[in-house]
Amino acid sequence: MGDLTGGSATGRLFLSRSPRPIVDKQTVGRYDLAIMLQPRRRPFLLLISNVRRHTRARGRCEHVRPAAGPDPTAEEEIVPAALSAHSLYKVFGRRAKLAVQRLTEGGDADGLDVTAAVADVSFEVRPGEIFVVMGLSGSGKSTLIRMLNGLLAPSSGRVEVGGTDLTTLRPAELRRLRREKISMVFQHFALLPHRTVLDNAAYALEVARVPTSERLERARQALELVGLTGREDALPQQLSGGMKQRVGLARALAAGTDIMLMDEAFSALDPLIRREMQDQLLELQESLGKTIVFITHDLNEAMRLGDRIAVMRDGRIVQIGTAEEILTDPSSDYVAQFVADVDRTRVLTAASVMEPPRSVVTTTSGPRAALLEMQENHAEAAYVVCRDKNLKGAVSAEAAATAARAGDVATVEELLGDLDVVTVHPDTPVAELIAPCASTPLPLAVVGDDGRLVGVIPRVTLLAALGTPAVEAGAA
Amino acid sequence: MITADRPLDGLIPEVPIGDVFEAIVTWAKNNLGPLVDTTKTVVESMTSGLSDLLLLAPPIVMVVLFAGLGLWLRGWKFGLGVLIAMGLVSGLPYWEQTMQTLAQVLVASALALVVAVPIGILAAENRRFSVVVRPVLDFMQTMPAFVYLIPAVSLYSIGVVPGVLATVVFCMPPGVRLTELGLRQVDKEVVEAGESFGASPAAILGRIKLPLAMPTIMAGVNQVIMLALSMVVIAGMVGAEGLGSVIKESVDRLLIGKGFTAGAAVVVLAIFLDRLTDALGSRTRVAKAKRLTSHV
Repeated sequence: MGDLTGGSATGRLFLSRSPRPIVDKQTVGRYDLAIMLQPRRRPFLLLISNVRRHTRARGRCEHVRPAAGPDPTAEEEIVPAALSAHSLYKVFGRRAKLAVQRLTEGGDADGLDVTAAVADVSFEVRPGEIFVVMGLSGSGKSTLIRMLNGLLAPSSGRVEVGGTDLTTLRPAELRRLRREKISMVFQHFALLPHRTVLDNAAYALEVARVPTSERLERARQALELVGLTGREDALPQQLSGGMKQRVGLARALAAGTDIMLMDEAFSALDPLIRREMQDQLLELQESLGKTIVFITHDLNEAMRLGDRIAVMRDGRIVQIGTAEEILTDPSSDYVAQFVADVDRTRVLTAASVMEPPRSVVTTTSGPRAALLEMQENHAEAAYVVCRDKNLKGAVSAEAAATAARAGDVATVEELLGDLDVVTVHPDTPVAELIAPCASTPLPLAVVGDDGRLVGVIPRVTLLAALGTPAVEAGAA
Repeated sequence: MITADRPLDGLIPEVPIGDVFEAIVTWAKNNLGPLVDTTKTVVESMTSGLSDLLLLAPPIVMVVLFAGLGLWLRGWKFGLGVLIAMGLVSGLPYWEQTMQTLAQVLVASALALVVAVPIGILAAENRRFSVVVRPVLDFMQTMPAFVYLIPAVSLYSIGVVPGVLATVVFCMPPGVRLTELGLRQVDKEVVEAGESFGASPAAILGRIKLPLAMPTIMAGVNQVIMLALSMVVIAGMVGAEGLGSVIKESVDRLLIGKGFTAGAAVVVLAIFLDRLTDALGSRTRVAKAKRLTSHV
């Protein structure tokens, strides 16, 4: 739209953060190219087979294939999973074996006086991602994580770490795997009270029989990473909860393993410290890229940290997906209820709620063309962009009308400066859009890093995003 | 014969456990000669050796040494108290017996702990073993001491040895129980941490479990020593030297004053040993670490 006067290609962009868009055929139809952003800002180019430039008739680009959703796994299937669970069961009780047999055959274990802590859990964790397992107490998540490094042996099923099946390992081999491949952070810190912070951080290396000077040096570096330099000689009793957990984190980092298991690592900390630790973890993850399996019962924590989230209930996984998927497309009433209390405004971003820009004209358009655009879109203003989609400003209907009548203005560029446009970055959480939205009557302009206008958020859209608790299928 | 007040007479056979026990003792006496002799020599030499050592220096020197020990472990107030109390004891005509009793207590405790702590560790690691051991410990602790003093005397003849051995049997159980308790009470998460970083069971026992259980184990040591002291006095009544024999004499001859004085010496020894081992317990690294207040 809006390029009537130019007559040549417009090449508009649509940006979406969800891998399973939100875009439908119509929406994509208007755009030549759509870039889908995976969470954690790893861009994937949508496969659009025939990019057809808009002509004057501004017809829809029928050849543009709508995104059925770029299959994220299709891109990454060539990379083997760092850690995977296959049909894991863990049953406690005297008749556990019988119960497992019944469960694996699809029956149930009622009447056997057993506890099925984990039932038929399967998932894959990709290298470098934070995989969050979320569930209430008793959902089996602690049992699950202990099976991932062999602390508990599964009643049935297997765990594979980098291709090696844990259940086939002898005790000594399992211990070696733990030294080299997996480290763990615990809810109540699990520090040795009779050893200093430095010694505690070096513990994993001590077990691995690394020579003293080297292990102390690596421990020092790990402590620096978590911000505890200067505290090496303190004893755990002298530290606050947040600091103790930092030592736990340093210990796991010093071990130098690729995989980290975190068992409700921040659950014992108070809310402010918890946020700090989450931030720190995300920061470290940017530079270190570990594969992390994180257990929590805190939804907001899960939404914040997780690249993908698995929701557990009574020992079974009920849904696996990204935070946005779970929020916008819960697979069951349980999950919907579970996430009902999540602060959606902190999970959803501008990119996920924005709409394609309507009422857009280029700098070379004249005032009459601008007016026409505004009329078609029932808008009071039009955004003005350059040829390369860079947002330059906005022009109001009045200004355009006056200029059109006066006839002394050639392009709308001269009319800029009259309206203040408020821009936001696509990654801005919805919570931070409310104030800007209130400060301008215009829809918020969503502008990417390169200055290009990628979407708009009218007030109505923002309100809808804040309020809707239920499933939104294909909402743009 | 079944009568009104013995309705079950003849219905339940009398199990001859006493005869069995007697037979065992006789068999031991006849067949375990060398073993009996070895243990006799070992225990005797240990006790008399230590006793001689303690009696080497004049009493006043020993009193000062004890006070110094008290000062070092618990501070000047305790040191002063030891100086006064032990000083008064040294003024009694029973110094030799007091040192002999002390030697017996220390030897018996050491022997008991050498056996008790490993058994405690085993019991903590293996639940089945713990279940089996527990009634044995109960037996050792509650069976009236004289019951195994008498066979001990019959095997080892009157002297220090039966007394010390009976003491070892009697004072061992708290060592086992508290070692097991201490190990079982170690924070499971810390043990899990050790396991999850790939530590072997031996490393976990030595570097995590034992240090963390040490305060409780030291409480066990304390109990062992206190029980040893009480038992040693009883043993003195069967011919071991020491304060026990003094008390026996007083009982026999109805010498109230003498008996009470000897008893007071026992009390002083008891308090001294109790406070010392208590102090040792709080000097463990874990206890020291726990005492630090946490501050942000």
